[in-house]
Amino acid sequence: MIRFSDVSKRYPGGQEALSNVNFHLLPGEMAFLTGHSGAGKSTLLKLVTLIERSSRGQVIINGQNLSKLPRRRIPYHRRNIGIIFQDHQLLFDRTVFDNVALPLVIAGVPSNEIARRVRAALDKVSLLNKEKSYPITLSGGEQQRVGIARAVVNKPPLLLADEPTGNLDPDLSWEIMQIFEQFSQVGVTVLVATHDLDLIKRMSNRRLVLEQGRLIQGGEA
Amino acid sequence: MFRRNKPLPRREAISGRQHGLSMAVKTYLLRHAQVLVSSLGQLSRTPVATFMTAAVIGIALALPTGLHVLLDNAQQLSGGWQGATQISLFLKTDTTDFQARTLANRLRKLGEVEDVHYISRQQALNEFKALSGFGDALKALQDNPLPAVLVIQPNNKARSPASTSLLLAKLKAYPEVDIAQLDMQWIKRLYAIMAIVRQGVVILAALLGLAVLLVVGNTIRLAIQSRRAEIVVIKLIGGTDAFIRRPFLYSGVWYGLLGGIIAVIAITVALLIISGPVGQLAALYQSPFKLSYLGLGSIVNLLMASTLLGLLGSWLAVGKHLREIEPT
Repeated sequence: MIRFSDVSKRYPGGQEALSNVNFHLLPGEMAFLTGHSGAGKSTLLKLVTLIERSSRGQVIINGQNLSKLPRRRIPYHRRNIGIIFQDHQLLFDRTVFDNVALPLVIAGVPSNEIARRVRAALDKVSLLNKEKSYPITLSGGEQQRVGIARAVVNKPPLLLADEPTGNLDPDLSWEIMQIFEQFSQVGVTVLVATHDLDLIKRMSNRRLVLEQGRLIQGGEA
Repeated sequence: MFRRNKPLPRREAISGRQHGLSMAVKTYLLRHAQVLVSSLGQLSRTPVATFMTAAVIGIALALPTGLHVLLDNAQQLSGGWQGATQISLFLKTDTTDFQARTLANRLRKLGEVEDVHYISRQQALNEFKALSGFGDALKALQDNPLPAVLVIQPNNKARSPASTSLLLAKLKAYPEVDIAQLDMQWIKRLYAIMAIVRQGVVILAALLGLAVLLVVGNTIRLAIQSRRAEIVVIKLIGGTDAFIRRPFLYSGVWYGLLGGIIAVIAITVALLIISGPVGQLAALYQSPFKLSYLGLGSIVNLLMASTLLGLLGSWLAVGKHLREIEPT
């Protein structure tokens, strides 16, 4: 589902943010991406979502070689990835329903279908009763669950989460991880970037550990 | 939108594609209609700001359009004055009284001539003596220096400047005629001035059209900046450039259309205000002239032009500024 082959990323005028990264995540696999700040976690996620392109090597997502993907195809590539942000990135002038519906609206799903799928997604994160609320009235954990509902409403084969529990207490973090676990069990590939080591210890998933741009654990030679 | 993942069996594929295509077109149009309405809703949430922008556009459009209407009125008015056109034929001094009268009779039969008035050399002299005050000086001359004159009144067929000129050339060709003079130089000059003003209106319209583009472009630029976070999120979850562009383009369309409506109202009100004094002036000249307003065709043209300007302005702004906003 995600394959990195000898991937390096050098920012203009800077040092290498990633060097010779090799790994392969299978469909339905859930893995943690860890490492200190500046180890290259964000850069790796940016390469997957095509916010950045690799300097060397190949990133292959769902069989598609990203270095060959033209700019105008990027939106369609991103529709196959559910992204969960540390700061949720919800739109505060819209209701929970409208926030979760956004990926479907973008994809041109008919409106009756939208309502059905938004409610299904909100149901999965136990927020069905909040669909008419505005994000500002929700707690941090609830906002993050709205973010997750928005990421999965499109049923993408791949979920990326960037520090999804960064602002949450341990119980809420655990709850969020359980939700990700459920998605991986139904075949969604999940990659969670986090430095919450306590949380990772409680889970038995594969770990990809980055240090100064090198994958020192969980990768392939 | 038109892609299919799985190829269908042949017969089904054809009907299926037609069905899918009409559905896709329907969905596409429906989404455009939704964005059209929702962008108007967005504008109506800030009515004062929207009105101010539209008013600037309206005033910018009302200036050249209003001038154009006034010019049309002036042309209509001066068209009536052409009836006053006369041609004076100064005959050679050796033309006899009889020859002059014969010529006058021949000219009366021309198709372009309404009437011919003959002023003999003696009449001309008497008139000159009475009007000029040089009567005593003329007495010192042995001969009458003044030529006989035929004053030609062209009829309706020969009232346009071009056909009057043709008639003038024709009359000049008669052997008895020394000088043929058209008494409409001033109308020609007026027309020339109006042609300059008309060009000026075109230039003004071009400049103010550019101003409308800039106003719309700047407004849309600010709208894009204020929704930067939203644009980033939409790009991250797979919104195409077209999807992001659409509400801004429709905002531009609405600004243009509202500005056009304001321009129509402004011009109509201005014409109403001056129509009273113009009517009084016309009455003083016993003229039946009436100020004409914007016709339906002009209104439709103005609204279409303003809407297009709005679309173009937002297109330019969106094209320039949406590219700059990328997730980081």
